[in-house]
Amino acid sequence: MGLESNVTQPFLATRLDEVINWGRKFSMWPMPFGTACCAIEFMGVVSGRFDISRFGAELVRFSPRQADLLLVMGTITQKQAPVLKQIYDQMPDPKWVISMGACASSGGFYDNYSVVQGIDEIIPVDVYVAGCPPRPENVLGAVVKIMEKISAEKAADWR
Amino acid sequence: MNESDILAQIKERFGARVLAEYNFRGQYAVTVAPETLRELLVYLRDDKAIELDWLMDVGGVDYLGYSDQAAPDEDEREWRFEVAYQLYSMRLNHRFRVKVAVRDESVEVPSVWDLWAIANWEEREVWDMFGVRFTGHPNLRRILCHDEFVGHALRKDYPINKRQKLSQPSEMILCEKVEWA
Repeated sequence: MGLESNVTQPFLATRLDEVINWGRKFSMWPMPFGTACCAIEFMGVVSGRFDISRFGAELVRFSPRQADLLLVMGTITQKQAPVLKQIYDQMPDPKWVISMGACASSGGFYDNYSVVQGIDEIIPVDVYVAGCPPRPENVLGAVVKIMEKISAEKAADWR
Repeated sequence: MNESDILAQIKERFGARVLAEYNFRGQYAVTVAPETLRELLVYLRDDKAIELDWLMDVGGVDYLGYSDQAAPDEDEREWRFEVAYQLYSMRLNHRFRVKVAVRDESVEVPSVWDLWAIANWEEREVWDMFGVRFTGHPNLRRILCHDEFVGHALRKDYPINKRQKLSQPSEMILCEKVEWA
């Protein structure tokens, strides 16, 4: 009655959410929504010195339909807010959002008639990054936070 | 000819139609009524000795609640808005500023987009921010604020914390055909 006799190939036993989360968190495809100087700083995050590909997230897509990590980098005006919402809606689940810098997170010093006071008025945000602009290390820190969040997800919560 | 000579020539030619003149640290300006504006700008642009051929900027000013340092007790100015035209001569390298007195929002200013094509967008900005209307403008729509915006954001009586959301993306205008004069 040995089960082993039916197994001819080696195998691993694991949990489904464990292995899928592992795959997801090391292969995020970011969609940069860059509207200001934070987007310039993001170029540093992607380039050799800081190199976001060490975390598996270097495949930057400019179509939201191919991305699962939305990086909002810069000032979002009221005129642009519905565009950001539309971009977010076009991304397939599962998806995560990083709000990079003071402007995207709170409006920054643009406390005026034309600027959205934080993108969380429009779309859900997973990680906020402080700074004006943030250092590349901060952005990588945010990516790691997203990874931690993905690791903690359970199959029962999947959308 | 320098800027002070231009001022003297304008005063000689337009006389009492010059409502005010300014010289702030060598920056010369005159204020005129909307009726005089086009005649003055055409003169400044086409006179060969002045040749202010470049309209660098058009801006608005709202003087609501403004107390003039020269006359701090004066409660009310004769006009609430001004539209300022910054002129520059590329050949002669001098500058001059022309301001139009706009009593309130019922007064319209003649458009100068046929004299300088850039005035088309500049006047749209003044309309968007201050609500000053321009007669003869071919396309007086908002240029910076979104289409659902109500009011004019740079007026002094616009509430400083008032936000206005846009419900859907503006329709993208990819190409707009304009017949230039």
